[in-house]
Amino acid sequence: MIELLGIPPQALFGQLLLGLINGAFYAMLSLGLAVIFGLLNVINFTHGAQYMMGAFGAWMLLNYAGIPFWGALVISPILVAIVGMVIERILLRRLYHLDHLYGMLLTFGLGLIIEGLFRRQYGSSGLPYNNPLPGGTNLGFMFLPNYRAFVVVASLIVCFATWFVIERTKLGSYLRAATERPDLVQAFGIDVPRMITLTYGFGVGLAALAGVLAAPAYQVSPTMGSSLIIVVFAVVVIGGMGSIMGAIVTGFGLGIVEGLTKVFYPEASSTVIFVIMALVLMVKPAGLFGTAK
Amino acid sequence: MTTSSSTTAPVTTSATSSRFPMTLVIGLIAVALLLAAPFAVYPVFLMKVMCFALFACAFNLMLGYTGLLSFGHAMFFGGSAYICAHAIKVLGFSPELGILAGVLFAAVLGFFAGLLAIRRQGIYFAMVTLALAQMFFFFCLQAKFTGGEDGLQAVPRRALLGFIDITKDIHLYYFVLAIFLFGFLVIYRTIHSPFGQVLKAIRENEPRAISLGYRANQYKLLAFVLSAALAGLAGSTKVLVFQLASLTDVAWQMSGEVILMTLVGGMGTILGPVVGAAVIVTMQNYLAGLGEWVLVIQGVIFVLAVSLFRRGIVGEFVAVAKYYHARKTRTAGRARK
Repeated sequence: MIELLGIPPQALFGQLLLGLINGAFYAMLSLGLAVIFGLLNVINFTHGAQYMMGAFGAWMLLNYAGIPFWGALVISPILVAIVGMVIERILLRRLYHLDHLYGMLLTFGLGLIIEGLFRRQYGSSGLPYNNPLPGGTNLGFMFLPNYRAFVVVASLIVCFATWFVIERTKLGSYLRAATERPDLVQAFGIDVPRMITLTYGFGVGLAALAGVLAAPAYQVSPTMGSSLIIVVFAVVVIGGMGSIMGAIVTGFGLGIVEGLTKVFYPEASSTVIFVIMALVLMVKPAGLFGTAK
Repeated sequence: MTTSSSTTAPVTTSATSSRFPMTLVIGLIAVALLLAAPFAVYPVFLMKVMCFALFACAFNLMLGYTGLLSFGHAMFFGGSAYICAHAIKVLGFSPELGILAGVLFAAVLGFFAGLLAIRRQGIYFAMVTLALAQMFFFFCLQAKFTGGEDGLQAVPRRALLGFIDITKDIHLYYFVLAIFLFGFLVIYRTIHSPFGQVLKAIRENEPRAISLGYRANQYKLLAFVLSAALAGLAGSTKVLVFQLASLTDVAWQMSGEVILMTLVGGMGTILGPVVGAAVIVTMQNYLAGLGEWVLVIQGVIFVLAVSLFRRGIVGEFVAVAKYYHARKTRTAGRARK
C-alpha cells in the first residue's frame, strides 16, 4: 500500500471517517442552533445538554423499557423535543422582548441543571451503548464499520431534509418570513407563537437525534454535551448563522479538518477549530457564510 | 419667586455636598469592618470572597458598563494564576513580582483576545470569548509548565517585599485586602471617569457613540484589557491564598461562576459583584458536601435570577430606594404647592 507522508492510509482514512462523524454532529447541532436563533433570537446554550439527553434517552429506553436503537432513534428525539417545548412555553417565552444575552444566560443555567441532575444520577463516567450495526465492509484501502457509515449517511439525509423543508417548501417559507418580520406574518393570520414553540422543539429534537446517533459511537455520559457545545459555538462563529447550507458545509468541513489534524499533528487536534475561528475572525469577521449585521 | 429660588438653592447644594461625604463615610465604615473582620470570621474564607469579588468587579466592567458579555474571563483569572504560581514556585519570584507577572500576562492575553472578540457584537462576542477561553484551557491542559491535571501545588508564600511575613493567614489577609481595595478603587475611578462615560454611551447606543466621533472599538479594547488585567490580579492573588493554580481556574465553569456572581449581585452596579461573590462563595462553602447538587443549585439560581430579578440584589435595592426617593420628593413638591 502507498504511504502518504509517512502516514499509513488505514490511519488516515480511519481518522477521516471519525472526523466526518464528528462533522455530522457539528452540522446537526449548529443547524439546530441556527434555526432556533433565526426565529427566537436566543442562542440555545442548553443545546449540549439536550444532545446529551438524546443519548441518555436512547440508553434509558433500552435499559428500562427494552426498546432497541431503531425505536429510540424516533422516540428519544420526540421526548426531548417535548421537554424543550415545555421549557420554551414556561421560561424562554418571557425573555423575547429583552436583550439576547438573557436568553443565553437562562439556557446556560438550564444546561447546568440538566447536566447536574444526570451527573448525580449516573456519575461522570460514561455508560456503554451497544453497537446496533456490528461488522463492516473492507473497501480495499480501509475497513469501513457499518455503524459509522450509517451515521454519516443518516446525518447527511437529516441535514438535507432540513435544508429542503426550510428553503423549498411552503412551511419553510412561513418560517423564513417569520424570521424576517414576525409581526407581519402574525398579521397574515399565522400563529407565530405556536410556530416559535414548534421551531424550538424541532431544533432541540435535532440535537437529541444527534445524541442518539452518538450513543453507540461514543459512550453515553452526562458531560458529553457541555464540551461539544463550545466547539459547536466556534463552528457557528466560523460559518455564520445566516445560512442553512452554510451551517451544514461548515460542520462537515471542520469535522474533516479536525480528523486530518489528528493524523498529522495530534497535539493541535483539540484546538484546531478554535484557531480556525480566530483566523476567520481576522479575515472575515461576519463568518464564512454570514452577512454583516 | 425670589424666596422660592433662594430656599431651593441651598437645599440642592447641601444635597450634593452632603452626598459625597455620605459615600465616603459608608466607604470608611466598610473598610473599618473589613479591617476588623478576620478576628470574627475565618480569614481564608474572607480572602476567597475578596478574590472572587475583585474578579466579578473586573468582569462587571465589561458586562455592566460596556454591555459586552464575556464568557471567557476564566482564561485571564486562571492564566494569570498559572503564571504567578510558576513565577513564584519555579522561578523564585517574590509574591509582589509574581502577581505583577500574572497581571501583565493577563493584560497581554486580554489585548489579543480582545482584538479578536470585539470584531463581533452581542451573542457572537460571548461565543467568541467562550471559544478562545476553551482554546486556552486545552493549551493549559497540554502545556508542561502547568502541571496538567495536578496543577501547580504548594506555591510558597515568600516574604512580601523581602521582609513582610505572609505565611500567617492573618498577615496575608491585610495584603489581600489592600489589593482588593486597590482594584476596587481602580474600577470605581474608571467608571466615574470620562472614559467610563464613553463606555456607557457605547453600551446604550454604539452607532450613536461612533457618530459622535468616539472610536468605539478602541474604547472597547481598552476596557477589555483593563478588565482582563484586573481579573488577572484576582487570579494571582488567589494563588497566594490557596497556594494552588489548577485547571479549575481556567475551565468554562469558572467563567460561568463569575457571570452568576455578577448577575445575582446586580450587573452594572458598583457593589453588586461584591455582594454576589459573597453570596455565591458562602453558598459553595455550605453546600460543598452536596457534590453534584451544587451544579443544579447554581443552574436554578441562574434561571431564577434571569426570570425574576434581573437587576440583582443590589440593583433591586437601588431601584426600591429610588422609588421611595422619587415618591418622597413628589409628595414634598405637592406639599410646597
